[in-house]
Amino acid sequence: MKPFMKADLSQEPKVQRPAQSDSGFRRLSAFLLEYNLIFIFLAIFIALAFSVRYFFTVQNMLGLALSVSQIGMVACTMMFCLASRDFDLSVGSTVAFAGVLSATVINFSDNLWAGVAAALLSGAIIGCVNGIIIAYLRINALITTLATMEMVRGLAFIASHGQAVGVSNVDFIYFAGSSFLGISMPIWMTLACFVLFGFLLNSTIYGRNTLAIGGNPEAARLAGIHVERMRVVIFLVQGLVAGLAGVILASRITSGQPNSAQGFELNVISACVLGGVSLKGGSATISGVIVGVFILGTAENVMNLLNIDAFYQYLVRGAILLAAVVVDQQRTRGE
Amino acid sequence: MVSSLRLIEITKRFPGVRALDRVTFTAEPGSVHALIGENGAGKSTLLRILGGIYQPDSGRLIVGGTERHFQSAASSIAAGIAIIHQELHYVPNLTIAENLLLGHLPHRYGFFRRRNAIRIAEGHLRRMGVHLNPRAKLRTLSIAERQMVEICKALLRDAQIIALDEPTSSLSHHETEILFRLVRDLRKQGKILIYVSHRLDEIFDLCDSCTVLRDGHTVATHQSLAGVSRAQLVEEMVGRNITDIYSYRPRSIGGLRLEVDGITGKQVARPATFSIGGGEVVGFFGLVGSGRSELMHLIFGATRPHSGWIKVDGQPIRARHPIDAIRSGIAFCPEDRKEGGIIPIRSVTENINLTARQRSGLRGFFIDFRREFKIADRFIERLGIKTPNRRQPIRLLSGGNQQKVILARWLNLADLRVVIMDEPTRGIDVGAKHEIYNLIYELAERGCAVIVVSSELPELMGIADRMIVMREGAITADIPRADFAEHLVLSLALPDEQVA
Repeated sequence: MKPFMKADLSQEPKVQRPAQSDSGFRRLSAFLLEYNLIFIFLAIFIALAFSVRYFFTVQNMLGLALSVSQIGMVACTMMFCLASRDFDLSVGSTVAFAGVLSATVINFSDNLWAGVAAALLSGAIIGCVNGIIIAYLRINALITTLATMEMVRGLAFIASHGQAVGVSNVDFIYFAGSSFLGISMPIWMTLACFVLFGFLLNSTIYGRNTLAIGGNPEAARLAGIHVERMRVVIFLVQGLVAGLAGVILASRITSGQPNSAQGFELNVISACVLGGVSLKGGSATISGVIVGVFILGTAENVMNLLNIDAFYQYLVRGAILLAAVVVDQQRTRGE
Repeated sequence: MVSSLRLIEITKRFPGVRALDRVTFTAEPGSVHALIGENGAGKSTLLRILGGIYQPDSGRLIVGGTERHFQSAASSIAAGIAIIHQELHYVPNLTIAENLLLGHLPHRYGFFRRRNAIRIAEGHLRRMGVHLNPRAKLRTLSIAERQMVEICKALLRDAQIIALDEPTSSLSHHETEILFRLVRDLRKQGKILIYVSHRLDEIFDLCDSCTVLRDGHTVATHQSLAGVSRAQLVEEMVGRNITDIYSYRPRSIGGLRLEVDGITGKQVARPATFSIGGGEVVGFFGLVGSGRSELMHLIFGATRPHSGWIKVDGQPIRARHPIDAIRSGIAFCPEDRKEGGIIPIRSVTENINLTARQRSGLRGFFIDFRREFKIADRFIERLGIKTPNRRQPIRLLSGGNQQKVILARWLNLADLRVVIMDEPTRGIDVGAKHEIYNLIYELAERGCAVIVVSSELPELMGIADRMIVMREGAITADIPRADFAEHLVLSLALPDEQVA
């Protein structure tokens, strides 16, 4: 439906003044269709700002941003994963394992950066293993990452003996607790991820090849793209960012907890799908992913402000996701 | 008594192409009506309309004396029409009985009654004169046997109109005989049979009447095939101006460009050896399954060869991945555009630049959008690609224009030496075909070695300087243009038992 409207616009005669206003209106409606998700979100956001007490305050906004910061950064790499027609369920376990590992290493070495490096390295290795199994051994991504999800969660429990690993190192607490210009570090890092991965997706060969692979893997291979290598890199980066998210989370809760980030992977995938990333691969936008992340975060935030029981939050989150994909399906059916 | 099937002025358009233009014909009960024409003539589209898969833009379809508008395949089946497609639709892991009765499995209180199903299937197969065990799983049967099951399934639903789309394309001589016996039986029972094929021998052997399609038009209808000559049908199918379409241009042939020595691999059982000079257009002909496409995949590095080597301009190459082949200046347009060629949801620009950008991007990482737009616009103009703009998703273009985009992707490379095109004109209308042929000549004149794989013999006879024939995974002949003769090439391509 979208391309049809665009084609229509290009044929519009632009001679008379009334016709111009008409075409302006149609251009506006086409624009709204293209970015409808953003506008729906903005409309809801404004409505909430007026109706929910304490929602639109600086403190609450920062709290909201902080609460979605881990989901936000991993959603960036999950976007690449989904855009290349793959899937990664192991990120939640990776976050937990990286948190436990960094806490353990910091307790052992009393050095923040050793802990961060260990977390990033472990995340990269997990991602790399996922990628190699999926790309070279040609095992279905769902099954592979389901298996590594279980295994990495197991590693997290083994490494911590099932206990939370508390950290007293001041640097570590300061890592996620510090702020710049009144905005805390995790939010800055998430913003940096949005900018970096948005740029990677749109303006680099890496990003465009990812979309090409998702659009048609066989055609991409025959066109001279190293599909297998690309997929390994996509998973590796995914693991790396999940590792980073793990350290930040551990730092925020001042301990590495083996049972943290349960269901994290599903939240991340939900955010991407809400943001219009196609599960069939080949199409994704960073603006969509950002909106998807904030829709999830806002829903949770508002329910907390309204004192809605946490049990109902699962229900609402699922319903939002379902509604978004049904609307999207209806919108793209004509194509 | 069944009344005749009539199609009146059926028209069907697809983006950029008119697949059917006022096609009219009548098929009578108790006869076999042939539907013939070259690839892309509109035969399959017509069958899909009959089967309710496509809806015609205009025209009338009269079944059993009443006008019908099928909205779905189910409504066509309900009207007693069965289409036996080239690709059969069955469940490989279920038994013959289950496949036959799928959707109407006998049951009691929701439990499947296996013995009952087998009894029904057994009786039905016996009545049809088909000797198969209803307990056998479909995947254990030969293609011909699966086809039989498909036809039996249609008859079980009491189909009165049965259309067969190129049913013999993957059958042996003996299996073809069995199929023909079944078709003749059905004719005796007063069914309406529509038989789509481009094998004229079969048409004369089996059919009573015949409609010829060309480029979506009805060229001729013969109520009786008595007195119609083979040559006449060929002329009607191909049209008078064959030479105009191909407009072959002789050119001088340079030194050796591509040397292939003893390549074997999947479906290429015997070592394949040949060489092609710069500026030479070589046609590869063979039936489906002869290994011609597989050989091209081996040369391009898309599948790993078991043995043999390849040289481009005397330099041996190790094509373990398409990237290696592309680095040596080999380009490949695959047989199935949708499967291996286009990235459907991406734009024309992205599809054109996909290969070149892997090397030409700024510092190998960033994309130079201004340059890519310029390149895309240049090719859209030069090749006459019909698209509203360069941002259009490629899936919205017609087949011919998609093929031009894929060609542009390769023409975009600076050091092109060998171009392999697998079925470059399949499903493309005549105008676009002509343009593709001219591009092939242009590539050859630039000094490329060009390989064109095609299952349309007239096409290869029209454009190739030389023809290599394949049969059952082996090269059987290498024929210079001076010796081109349809009968000779066909006899070299057909499996032994079919050469009578």
